[in-house]
Amino acid sequence: MVYTLKVNGDTKTLNIDGDTPLLWVLRDHLGLTGTKFGCGVAACGACTVHVDGIATRSCVLPIEAVAGSEIRTIEDLAQGDTLHKVQQAWIDNQVPQCGYCQSGMIMAVVALLEETPQPTDEDIDNAITNICRCGTYNRIRKAIHQVAEA
Amino acid sequence: MSTHPKALKITKRALLVGGLAVGGGLVVGYAYLRDKPGTAGFGAFGVAGTALNAWVKITPEGRIILAVPRGEMGQGVYTAIAMLIAEELEVGLDQIEVEHPDVDGKYANAFILTESMPQFRPLIWLGERVAAALPLIATGGSTTIRDGWEAMRRVGASARMMLVQAAAISWDVAFDECEAKLGVVNHPKTGRSLSYGDLAEAAAQIKPPADPQLKPPSEFRLVGTPAPRIDIPAKVTGQAQFGIDVVLPGMLYAAVRQCPLRGGRLVSYDAEAVMGLPGVEAVTPVHGGVAVVAHSYWQASKALEALAVEFEDGGNGELSSKSISALYHEAMDSGDVICVREEGDTKRSLKTSAKTHEAIYELPFLAHTCMEPMNCTAIVKGDRVEIWLGCQSPTMANWGAAEGAGVETDKVTTHVTFMGGGFGRRQEVDISRQAAQIARAVEGRPVKLIWSREEDVQHDSYRPAVLAKFQAGLDESGSLTAWTNRLVLQSVDVGYGQRNLPALLVGDGSDDMSMTQGADDLPYALPHLTVEKVVMDLPVDVGYWRSVGHSYNGFFTESFIDELAALSKQDPYAYRRGLLRQAPRHLQVLNILAEKAGWEIPLAAGRGRGMALHESFGSVVGQVAEISLSAQGELSVDRVICVVDCGMTVNPDTIVAQMQSGIVYGLSAALYGEITLEAGQIVQSNFPDYEALKLAAMPAIETYIVPSTDYPGGVGEPGTPPIAPALTNALFNATGKRIRKLPLKNLDFLSL
Repeated sequence: MVYTLKVNGDTKTLNIDGDTPLLWVLRDHLGLTGTKFGCGVAACGACTVHVDGIATRSCVLPIEAVAGSEIRTIEDLAQGDTLHKVQQAWIDNQVPQCGYCQSGMIMAVVALLEETPQPTDEDIDNAITNICRCGTYNRIRKAIHQVAEA
Repeated sequence: MSTHPKALKITKRALLVGGLAVGGGLVVGYAYLRDKPGTAGFGAFGVAGTALNAWVKITPEGRIILAVPRGEMGQGVYTAIAMLIAEELEVGLDQIEVEHPDVDGKYANAFILTESMPQFRPLIWLGERVAAALPLIATGGSTTIRDGWEAMRRVGASARMMLVQAAAISWDVAFDECEAKLGVVNHPKTGRSLSYGDLAEAAAQIKPPADPQLKPPSEFRLVGTPAPRIDIPAKVTGQAQFGIDVVLPGMLYAAVRQCPLRGGRLVSYDAEAVMGLPGVEAVTPVHGGVAVVAHSYWQASKALEALAVEFEDGGNGELSSKSISALYHEAMDSGDVICVREEGDTKRSLKTSAKTHEAIYELPFLAHTCMEPMNCTAIVKGDRVEIWLGCQSPTMANWGAAEGAGVETDKVTTHVTFMGGGFGRRQEVDISRQAAQIARAVEGRPVKLIWSREEDVQHDSYRPAVLAKFQAGLDESGSLTAWTNRLVLQSVDVGYGQRNLPALLVGDGSDDMSMTQGADDLPYALPHLTVEKVVMDLPVDVGYWRSVGHSYNGFFTESFIDELAALSKQDPYAYRRGLLRQAPRHLQVLNILAEKAGWEIPLAAGRGRGMALHESFGSVVGQVAEISLSAQGELSVDRVICVVDCGMTVNPDTIVAQMQSGIVYGLSAALYGEITLEAGQIVQSNFPDYEALKLAAMPAIETYIVPSTDYPGGVGEPGTPPIAPALTNALFNATGKRIRKLPLKNLDFLSL
């Protein structure tokens, strides 16, 4: 089947099996490897992207379900050399360790802050359910508050 | 007491071992060896430049590129190694780039060889076989800084002296009149200066100094200061390249399914039924299972799911956690006991004690669950193999790929990427061996093998399950007189060896020091001490899991010490202090810990506070956990105070991050971690049933680094061992109930 998506502002047309998860479309067909595979069952959040502005786990989301949608990935956050304020806060707070979960984390946080610019700790607890095995959570919380207070 | 002389001695011995292995070259050359004349070496690898030694090269445009031959898995090694070299090279961290160089014996980790893999020790006598087995390039055992603390600074100093010498010659002035600063050599008398880029070619012609002098630590400008990590910018934009991100022209994708347990085997599979599915290119047997190759990973995964596969269980079809536990309990009473350490006369002391106390602890198998599932990309062309992966040991990955493709190791080129977590898992050869086997089956075309999370959880090299028994004797006054500890478990050295090393190198576990590390070297004054082990042989693969033996022995010993404190009706802090009179370094950590934690301040009802102290990998870490139990029986870990003495520091901010990381890793295990078996299969398969701590459950963590002038210790692992006992000791403090089994998710706190 032929599907059309808008990815990071560009229209993409793909001839692909309709059950292919968006994650693998992005990674293997569009070369956008910033979005990661972690579990394949929407449990860890490493594959989080924005679908029509909503943070969504892409590893169980078939392309046929998102045809026509606007997809935003980690590659679209920085504008040229100017980092998104969340990315900058991640550097300021030295958040990443291995870094593998951080694309998904950052996409989840950007969506949270677009919806709730001044999140409470409880808002953060409820919204950020991605897994980080390195344990960067406290720096993540601090970085979110830094962005919110700026 | 300073640990510097001891640690230095180990390093020198390790260097000697490494040197023997390559015919003497390393003994004098380790620190500032040049690439061999006629070989491509570091200068030609990656971005081409003029190499001053195997760690420093400078491009014609003046870019300064440092080799970091250690795996970056989040522990900050790219930055730490670069800081050590840059300190003496006299450049800023913002002036350098780093590259993971090609596999080369110069980059061997001599420290890990003797520190963490004692089975290699006898090999130095085995002549030519040594050359095949050594040198080992590896990242693990919290060894990078301990291995490189001096050597990496010498590398930088040597290159800087060559650059200064080149400037002095060009100006026809004395060496001592010149000074190097931030990538430039200056001649203050005449105001002349030349950049390192201008000097590189001339400097490369100069003989490296025989004994480059190092700055005293008091003059460090970089080392010991918090530095922003050089790998972080790429990790916030999605540009950082992990193994799974490698893309090659015409690349195929592979998915595997593997036999449930070691000892079983692949019997049959119906390739015909899936060869017609979209995109499928090949179905091929691999070590441990069968792989499907297709044009996309999704097509490979779908076809694998559709593939009918039959495995034979190798007689292990009945194995379960229950049957294993029964075997362990039997072995505790009647197994072949190996005495690892004996001081005094424990038996007699126990008999004559006024009071004795016994306790049995049991811990489950644990998986690593690195965020990035295992993966490797490979291409085979004739007798040449190229692989791309994030790994803790390119040497081991090379061996795996060579075996998989049926070539000699020198025909394999390994490209090392970032790792999405390692924790000991990425020292295994399984993934590169399978990738090379598959690449051989589709020869000429690159193929990326990715394990599903289910394969990752069910085919891990698990932290061993352990049964531990303690007996203590106390005199009339409640003072501790005798301590016995018997451990029943599999040997990780044997398990690792069986999977990864030539049979020659696999022992029987009797000399596996990791089994009792953190149990037979306690800081406490124990006049009569016996530590024993029983080595079990099971078809469950066990391997190195963050902090290895310390991860379970830290829990056992610090829980049992807490039990004895309670038995003696003493405060756990005061009790430990009493036993640490001969251990000033530990005592200092403990005292700072109690002060920072506000140990004397009473807690409200329903709350608890527990402490633990443990030395591992050259560092001493103390932690206090504060918990709350709600009326509904919900446990919350509120706050963790962590004090670490890791000697001299390289990047203090990384040390803080590693303490947080070690604590979270240990907390996940203590709260949820459990791999169980039923009917010869691993039960758990993915994050929903092998849980990890999430942000909402995070305690506040405060970390304090003890100022020290001692030789550096490791930091990647030492944060993990104390957290489980600190947590369960806090639960004891809150409830009066001693917890001797983990994970805590199996407990009903309301019934405590």
